[in-house]
Amino acid sequence: MARAANPRDQVAAGDAREIIAGSDIRVVRQGKEILVVPNIAVREGEVVAVIGPNGAGKSTLLAVLACLDFPERGRVFFRGTEVTKRNVVEIRRRMSVVFQEPLLLDGTVLENVELGLRLRGVRDGPRARAVEWIRRFGLTGKEGQAVHTLSGGEAQRVALARAFVLNPEVLFLDEPFSSLDSIARQELLRDFRRIIRDTGVTAVLVTHDFLEVRLLATRVLVLSRGRIEAEGTPESISNDPLWGRLAGLH
Amino acid sequence: MDLIWRGLARGVKLLLSGDPEIYEIAFLTLRVSGLATLVSLVLGVPAGLFLAVRKFRFRRALVGAVNTAMGLPPTVVGLWVAIFLWRSGPLGALGLMYTPTAIVIAQVLIATPVVTGFTMASVQQLDPKLPRQILALGASPLQFWWLVIRECRFGLLAAVMAGFGAVISEVGASMAVGGNVRHHTRVLTTAIVLEVNKGNFDVALALSFILMTLAYAVTFALTVVQQRKRRYVT
Repeated sequence: MARAANPRDQVAAGDAREIIAGSDIRVVRQGKEILVVPNIAVREGEVVAVIGPNGAGKSTLLAVLACLDFPERGRVFFRGTEVTKRNVVEIRRRMSVVFQEPLLLDGTVLENVELGLRLRGVRDGPRARAVEWIRRFGLTGKEGQAVHTLSGGEAQRVALARAFVLNPEVLFLDEPFSSLDSIARQELLRDFRRIIRDTGVTAVLVTHDFLEVRLLATRVLVLSRGRIEAEGTPESISNDPLWGRLAGLH
Repeated sequence: MDLIWRGLARGVKLLLSGDPEIYEIAFLTLRVSGLATLVSLVLGVPAGLFLAVRKFRFRRALVGAVNTAMGLPPTVVGLWVAIFLWRSGPLGALGLMYTPTAIVIAQVLIATPVVTGFTMASVQQLDPKLPRQILALGASPLQFWWLVIRECRFGLLAAVMAGFGAVISEVGASMAVGGNVRHHTRVLTTAIVLEVNKGNFDVALALSFILMTLAYAVTFALTVVQQRKRRYVT
């Protein structure tokens, strides 16, 4: 019997659609070129890990792809449509971003999780959707709790629930587990891996941690001095000492 | 000490006696300083938000100018506003000199840099990544500014208090452009100066107690609102 199409299988077959793509991207800060990417594409169902040493331009690349920064040169496309200042809000509303810090707003867990839905004017039960994602991230019973009373791990779970509740076409993660202590990190990583597999969400993950790469990624980009120096599967990257050195992992 | 007690007693007596002139001066003070604070909020809050969030050329110079203007001497502001509003001045045709409007204009110039500076500081106290997170959540420009204002609302209340405190307590500008005209532009601070000059220390003290009570009442009300809820700190 034929299996239902799984986005990950499509990636393997090479017929997945590009969700986000960039061409000829160049970012300059204080007269210095910090990112030069001739071509990049993220396809449906992929989890692309971006690794590299500090200052390699990983977060800058993520900000450009997440339409939070416009590059000095080059173009970014979302599902074939060029991102411009006119359509950027609409395109951002089809994505989610989770940063290293939870960056929650003053209020309760529930208010934070449903905030993105409210900004989008979603009328179809934003509260029920928020409650469901709070449950999936193991925070049931904390809906009415003020976010300033949460632990670091709980706050990051709220940030992830706030991102997933939006049902994003692509999820950007900028070292979302790096500020957590070891136990909280392991627990969250385990739950996150399950959720990312269940949802099949397309994601771009900036990380320093090869455990996260091995657990989550389907493809790896190694960035160094603002340029993509290597690309491959987690296995090929982890087996190559040169790439490992570039990524600052070995 | 006797002078202070007499002043206090006279103040209470003046208030209880319902002296219409005292109430007229107190209400004019509240009206003029309240309006000046409102206008300075309309000008200063957007300016402070813009300076805090946006990066542009000469931003540092502009921030430096705002910080300097926060300590602008009211007498100097009064002098410049008087020059502009004087009959032969650039805005003399408007006939605003020695009117409550002239005092409002001068007080707006005093309070706006204070409100701008406090707003800027309160936004800069937020996590610098928070504005990016708000954008990433899909906020439109209007939603973005609303959420930023909501996040730093306690700092903005401090801006209101500082702006109001700066104008209700100033005397130099009100004297220079208002002229302390009885039943027309006399406010509590200029009335106090007049009574001191006449040697009526008890009346001056009575007026000063009224001024302090007004300033305290407004500031206390704002403080209650400010302290009602604790903000997100981690």
